[in-house]
Amino acid sequence: MDGLVSSPTSLFRPFVSPIDLQLHVSRPAFNHDRSFEAGRVDVSFAPLLRPTSSGLYCDAGDFYVDPTRPVDRAVVTHAHSDHARWGCRRYLAAAASEHLLRMRINDDAEFQFLHYGESISIGGVRVSLHPAGHMLGSAQVRLEHRGKIAVVTGDYKLQRDPTCQAWEPVRCHLLVTETTFGLPIYRWPSPESVRDEINAWWRRCREEGKCCVLYGYAVGKSQSLLAGLDTSLGEIYTHGAVEKGTQAYRDTGVDLPETRYVGSMQGKRDWSGAMVIAVPSAHGSTWMRRFGRVSTAMASGWMAVRGSRRRRAMDRGFVVSDHVDWQSLLVAVDQSDPETVWATHGYTAAVARYLNENGRKADALDSGGRREGDEDAAADAAEPAS
Amino acid sequence: MIRFAELYNDLDSTTKTNEKIAAMVRYFAAADLSDAAWATSFLSGNKLRRLVPTSLLRGWAAEQARIPPWLFEESYQAVGDLAETFSLVVPPGKTTTDESLTHWVEHRLKPLRWMSDEEQHTAVLRIWNETPARLRLVVMKLITGAFRVGVSKRLVTRAIAMHAGIPADVISHRLMGDFVPSAESFASLIDPEIQDTVPSKPYPFCLAHPIDNEKGPEVLGDASEYLAEWKWDGIRGQVIRRSGQTFLWSRGEELMENRWPEIESAAESLPDGTVIDGEILAAIPGGAVLPFAQLQRRIGRKKVGKKLLAEVPVVFHAFDVMEHRGEDVRSLRFVDRRARLDELLRSIDHPHLSATQLIDGESWNAWADIRTTSRQRYAEGLMLKRKDAPYDVGRVRGTWWKWKVAPYTIDAVLIYAQKGHGRRSGLFTDYTFALWDDGQLVPFAKAYSGLDDQEIRKVDQFVRQNTNDSFGPVRSVTPTLVMELAFEGLQRSGRHKSGVATRFPRIVRWRHDKRPQDANTLADLLELLPED
Repeated sequence: MDGLVSSPTSLFRPFVSPIDLQLHVSRPAFNHDRSFEAGRVDVSFAPLLRPTSSGLYCDAGDFYVDPTRPVDRAVVTHAHSDHARWGCRRYLAAAASEHLLRMRINDDAEFQFLHYGESISIGGVRVSLHPAGHMLGSAQVRLEHRGKIAVVTGDYKLQRDPTCQAWEPVRCHLLVTETTFGLPIYRWPSPESVRDEINAWWRRCREEGKCCVLYGYAVGKSQSLLAGLDTSLGEIYTHGAVEKGTQAYRDTGVDLPETRYVGSMQGKRDWSGAMVIAVPSAHGSTWMRRFGRVSTAMASGWMAVRGSRRRRAMDRGFVVSDHVDWQSLLVAVDQSDPETVWATHGYTAAVARYLNENGRKADALDSGGRREGDEDAAADAAEPAS
Repeated sequence: MIRFAELYNDLDSTTKTNEKIAAMVRYFAAADLSDAAWATSFLSGNKLRRLVPTSLLRGWAAEQARIPPWLFEESYQAVGDLAETFSLVVPPGKTTTDESLTHWVEHRLKPLRWMSDEEQHTAVLRIWNETPARLRLVVMKLITGAFRVGVSKRLVTRAIAMHAGIPADVISHRLMGDFVPSAESFASLIDPEIQDTVPSKPYPFCLAHPIDNEKGPEVLGDASEYLAEWKWDGIRGQVIRRSGQTFLWSRGEELMENRWPEIESAAESLPDGTVIDGEILAAIPGGAVLPFAQLQRRIGRKKVGKKLLAEVPVVFHAFDVMEHRGEDVRSLRFVDRRARLDELLRSIDHPHLSATQLIDGESWNAWADIRTTSRQRYAEGLMLKRKDAPYDVGRVRGTWWKWKVAPYTIDAVLIYAQKGHGRRSGLFTDYTFALWDDGQLVPFAKAYSGLDDQEIRKVDQFVRQNTNDSFGPVRSVTPTLVMELAFEGLQRSGRHKSGVATRFPRIVRWRHDKRPQDANTLADLLELLPED
């Protein structure tokens, strides 16, 4: 594999803040009003990559990246159901995602797994996967064809996460980046400070004799939350969907605190002082009744904004995200240093316009995009609350 | 200040009344008198007059966040709250010292008003540098005059009462009118000994509960226990005559000086020690009530010219008396208070000060018939009041009931949507509706309320998927959704494209059964216009 991909460390440059960038980049005179309309198909990178109604398609290799409907061959960035769609014939994904993917995808599919940095050739396109830091086995897909390199980030974050390998920049000509939280209002607090807040909340609930119910996506978020819990405070229980995901993490070799599956607990018990990790759809359901007096909290990037926090009608909201915030998005673009950026999911138009104004060609792939609740919905559809 | 920010956060993050009261009581117990006074003032909805123009603040925030102005606006649209946008977009600062709420108000906020732009800039940046997000949110809410947190004045009153160990109605009375925050004012607010003798001090208003139109008034029990009056559509007011002075208060506890000269001069003929409750109405003295649209011409005028005074005379329709011959008579039965009121007004016999008419009926059916004539009389329906009830403080269930006539309704098509604020921020919740006119959809009303959370999410999704065009924050969507709108009144308006303005439009239900072409026409709406 040597020579195929330049070592990621060599790509690290000193951090350049976006304002410094502005100083030595002249502003191109773009007409921004119409240039990012959704549905405008950009073929400038075909046959390497082009957007289609079924997702990003590589003509040269005849495969899709994170297709939105069943296709013959899918390269998948990570095991969340809005990226790893059910029903394709062949899947290519990162080795670390094997257990998660097999848990969720049809058995009759054909799987192929690559270690990070390892590459294969599909129809003359060199394909390799690189850590994205979003969750266990999440990858950025790097495609190289006739000297052009495209990177699809999938979902990613730059913050530390003990349950998965950290994001690495990959230099490219075309960067397809997610922009779920692509507005300057999103600025994640340090993972350590949020971890401390969560444990402080648990401690206080324990003193008040309440049971903590912490909601996060079943796979990925739940496990990184688990990894940050102070196990000296009490027992940790899991919702069915969370337990399944946690098991897949353990099977992959990730060390997580001991958990007990709520559904396996027999008879009436005292839940005060316990910590329960559950999926958001369990909130307000009859499943919750068993816990008696509870304090509920949601762990999500959306919790940064009060309106979202209050709409959830939960006692607490912790700002924990597995996506890039505004600053890290800019850092990632800067370090990947592409000629062109395609923004997908969320605030695509704002990010594209900002990048254009700061000297980097950018387009919005979609305008509707992802927003609060979509991931919950996807996760819930895949794993009905038990 | 940190504690006050925590109080804000506690109040903001719960919907439970008891937790809100507990949080306020905790705050009052720990705060010094002066801080408690300022907290009381802000929590009751008082504001510092606008200190810094928000256009300047927006510019500075964009500059600090190193983003262009359009991206700040985009961020504001997503957050739906200006102060919160400042708290999120500008890099977080670090608290160095924790000054008291009073110190902040007196030394950091109030002085902003007198500074030059340049000095304001420096002072605001210093504030931002010294405040992490949560603290900054509260400070910016004070600076922008948008400090609102989900507590009613009544709830604040209950918290202070609990803290002081004094009945809530005493606190409520002491808080009426102008509460000037200071250590002394808070000390006297919670002092169990002090006698209340300020001549201008009004009584807390008694408020009415609505009667469910589907259920009717029968649930109230026996009709013979009630008296009925017209429910007028005017401005609620309290006339005070004490120590040779007259005060006219609005329900919002504002002194309305010089705005209703006829009433103020009429009140001069009242004996000292009189407080009466009633409604200011545009009306011919001694005669019929005029439509609300006429009264509207006088609302908001600080000074009233001779011409307007002649064209739109007003009359104070009194319906209750709280103080009679210097005595607080609120604990008397309504029939007894009413007898005193009638006698009092008969004795002064002033055309601009009259007792509102009691409506004979004495059976639910008779009143129901009379109620159908409300609109012709420019009334909103009937008021039903228990004969034996005292004058209550606030909205106490069971003494006063408003029995409004059914609102106008019409089926309209949703054509524009905009993101909401506060709890609804980030979702498309503010809609513009249109009616058909000659094959065109003509916008005629905006409605913000009436759908439940689930429906709001559905409409939100619809808007995102069916946007045809954007005008700033406003999305124009494919006309598809039909909703039934209700509104209280209609009047001609030159400012509206449709030529009519609606009062209190809101969504009654989503008409899934109707296609856009089935919606009503502008002509249907015009037919509802009262003839004048």
